[in-house]
Amino acid sequence: MTTASRPGAPPVRDHSAKRRWVGQSIRRVEDPKFLLGRGGYIADRITPGTLHAAVLRSPHPHARILRIEVAQALAAPGVRAVITGLQAAELCDPMPDFGPDPARHTWRCLAVDKVRYVGEGVAVVVADSRYLAEDALELIEVEYEALPAVVDPERALADGAPLVHEALGSNCAYERTFDFGEVERDFAEADVIITDRLRWHRSGGQPLETVGAIAEYDPGTGSFTIDTNTLSFTSYLFMAANTLKVPANKLDIRPVPAGGSFGSKLFANKPAVIAAMCSRATGRKVAYLEDRVDNISNCDHHGSDRVYNVELAMMRDGTMRGIKIDVVDDYGAYMQFGVGHHGNALAQVVGPYTIGSVRYRVRAALTNKNQQGAYRGFGSEVNNWMLEQMVDKAARELGLDPVATRRKNFIRDFPHFIPTGNVYDSGDYDRVLDKALELADYSRWRAEQKRLREEEGRYIGIGVICAQERSVFSATEFWFWFDEPGAPVTSTPESVTLKVDATGGITAILYSCAFWGNSPETMVAQFVAEEFDCSPYDVSVVYHGSRDGLPATGPGGSRTTVMLAGAVEGAAGKIKEKARRAAAHLLEIAPEDMEWADGGFRVRGDPERRKSLAEIAIMLHLFKHSFPDDMESGLEGSKVFDHPYTTMPSADRKDLGVFYPFMGHACHVPVVEVDIETGAVTFLHYAAVHDCGTLVNPRSLAGHIVGGTAQGIGTALYEEYVYDEDGQLLSSSYLDYLIPSAMEVPEVGIGHVETPSPYTPHGVKGGGEGGRMMAPAAINAAVNDALAPLGVRLTELPMTPERILSALRAAGRAG
Amino acid sequence: MRGENPLAPTTCTITVTVNGQPHVAEVEPRRLLVDFLREDLGLPGTHIGCEQGVCGTCTILLNGASIRSCITLAVQADGAEISTVEGLARDGELHPLQDEFAAKQGLQCGYCTPGMLMRACEILAENPDPTPAEVRSAIASNLCRCTGYQFIIEAVISAAARMRATKEVAS
Repeated sequence: MTTASRPGAPPVRDHSAKRRWVGQSIRRVEDPKFLLGRGGYIADRITPGTLHAAVLRSPHPHARILRIEVAQALAAPGVRAVITGLQAAELCDPMPDFGPDPARHTWRCLAVDKVRYVGEGVAVVVADSRYLAEDALELIEVEYEALPAVVDPERALADGAPLVHEALGSNCAYERTFDFGEVERDFAEADVIITDRLRWHRSGGQPLETVGAIAEYDPGTGSFTIDTNTLSFTSYLFMAANTLKVPANKLDIRPVPAGGSFGSKLFANKPAVIAAMCSRATGRKVAYLEDRVDNISNCDHHGSDRVYNVELAMMRDGTMRGIKIDVVDDYGAYMQFGVGHHGNALAQVVGPYTIGSVRYRVRAALTNKNQQGAYRGFGSEVNNWMLEQMVDKAARELGLDPVATRRKNFIRDFPHFIPTGNVYDSGDYDRVLDKALELADYSRWRAEQKRLREEEGRYIGIGVICAQERSVFSATEFWFWFDEPGAPVTSTPESVTLKVDATGGITAILYSCAFWGNSPETMVAQFVAEEFDCSPYDVSVVYHGSRDGLPATGPGGSRTTVMLAGAVEGAAGKIKEKARRAAAHLLEIAPEDMEWADGGFRVRGDPERRKSLAEIAIMLHLFKHSFPDDMESGLEGSKVFDHPYTTMPSADRKDLGVFYPFMGHACHVPVVEVDIETGAVTFLHYAAVHDCGTLVNPRSLAGHIVGGTAQGIGTALYEEYVYDEDGQLLSSSYLDYLIPSAMEVPEVGIGHVETPSPYTPHGVKGGGEGGRMMAPAAINAAVNDALAPLGVRLTELPMTPERILSALRAAGRAG
Repeated sequence: MRGENPLAPTTCTITVTVNGQPHVAEVEPRRLLVDFLREDLGLPGTHIGCEQGVCGTCTILLNGASIRSCITLAVQADGAEISTVEGLARDGELHPLQDEFAAKQGLQCGYCTPGMLMRACEILAENPDPTPAEVRSAIASNLCRCTGYQFIIEAVISAAARMRATKEVAS
């Protein structure tokens, strides 16, 4: 499918310039305040006199609300207001929803006439303290009429299933089959068809800080000011404003540092809406901070929950020809982001392989669970796992070496257009694989595996997976699902304003960008330092509120670093152009005879004649009349950096266009031991090599790789939001929802390969999600490798001891 | 519910020393120690994670031993010496643990960091020269969702070396 000359590609960039700051593992500029305990998280910003909200949650998975009695709660000490779901529906419109046909599965901040999952809010109490608010929750009486719940996604799609939303008429919120390339031809010509059924259960980001908001309504101006640890999406601010029934220019959402997100704070507006609604109702500032049970049961950010039936068309020599993927995804009770998660999958659906055709059938099932949102990978990590499972199964059935099978199918010419239409901009998959095998000490572990099995009867497994790490999403992936999309938007910009003060100090202003544990300040500081030859520690970074913000989208889909790089480059270019003209005027020379060097402009060929940025800045700030009339005072520049490479889908949707072009890649090689008596999995070794293009701060990327791998270990072995057959949530605390501790996470050996993107500043690709996009597939591969001599394969995540033992039992191999 | 039992005391007087500062305060018997520290004493560096004593985010030192302040009542701390993250840096100088966390990037979002730092203080007080494996085992008390722990362990090992060197110089 390689067609490098397809229209729509941006100009190829030259990355030959020497870099001084980009590529250095400098200390993060964010860290001192956090180390001092002065992080300024949302809970730290509650001022005296602020009221506290607490939400009453449904104990039922599915029930009609017949009556809510609040009089006793209202009379309780310190209570200022009680708002039921019915009242909330008067005060607020439905929540912002990017899903298909939201009118038929309407989502509100509190349930109105029926509850659809355990934990859904039914009423909110506002009181002088959180203690008093929680006291009053116990005094609210709710009469429910229990309804049968639907929990299994495949049963949800069957005839006669209880309906989550009657208005929809079924539990299938979306269904479509896409064909990309010559699917039937490839399957007809294949030697073998490898088939499998795979099951990925839901887990989630579970940042240690929950979502929270502090809202204040000013009746004098009719405006809301909301501090929150989610994002504002400045271009989509009108959606949250509509929910609160105010114009967007009367809503200021101010991002505050978040204690982790991993996607789960993406556009997480519900706490902000609840706090704002309560503030308007009481005339006071109101804080609503989720507690842990709120967050686990009601965060609207559970991860993918998929059942796959897959067919892979293979030649006997190991060539992969085509793949048919049939996926049912359990979205829970609502679907705020539509099936965008499958856009992520389609961005890299064929992995690093030259698979020529793809059939992709997706069905979105609604069930009585909390809804899906975002979790590091946004559904692409599930596709990675599915595909690598299929490759391993094919190698096993064909008697081929799994590493050689992968290598045989590698894409080697770039840019490469995959069958869905998305492009892989660059890569070197052989180099990543070679480096990973070396770092993993692969040959030695293969020998050790054999020895330990023969001499000690131990089951050691080595997983090798090679997978993609898409970065920088385009808006098209949220609507190309439909022939007639309601809103075929195309903008996903990020903006930065740079201001140089009179002394030459630089402040960078970010819009709809928040600190989430990623390093936007360090990234921006390194880019600014690169542009202006200053110290990154001298750059000041400001997170601007949404109301008068420039168009911006914020973190998500591993876009922040690339997009901030483009915005800084653009804003710096504007400042330098003005500074060049100013310096030229002061030195009485033509602007084109000036060149930037060492933090200022100098005369070409006469380097002693120069003006530093500080010298230029003070002149521009204070000495207007030293310049021509058309030169304004001050020195600043803003850049709205639009997605650098998006093309439109074809009308027939056989080509989805370019929507996720900057394609990272990684190879993970874990070595595990499976105890067949207990079903426990332990790590003996772990190697991970990533290629995210040019490195900005290798240490911070390494931190993301290890941290993402730790989350992937959780997904692979421990973490699951478990709903029982009746729809009760069994894992509603960290006693049951098992987050890996230091004893479950091994030391990870990390390697970097750099194939710069031809299309981004410095050649940077996004890398924030990579660890979790690889680890589940790799660990599953390792466990299956360990159990191969017993004829056992695990096809369901997480691989809890119970699931491993039951697979062994099913094969008659229980220890 | 408050007020239902007329015999229940509405507040108790407690005396605590926090980071060397003595405090006398009136608290409700049910008030959590973490809320007392954060809201009543204005020390927001101690964070709340799971509110069940599982994650260790709220870890502080009480009479030198690490405890979970989200499942401890303020009244239980009466008469105690408490150390929180706010007491680590002295005279504008970061504590070696804080400095090494920055040097090794032993934090990302920073939310578990105060609890992790206080736990690390305790670990190094008990064993000034731990192996990486000992540190790994010891910090399993505290969850971190960002780092995968690796750089935290490196930071604690480096800080331990610096703290030993400082002690040798002092003695």
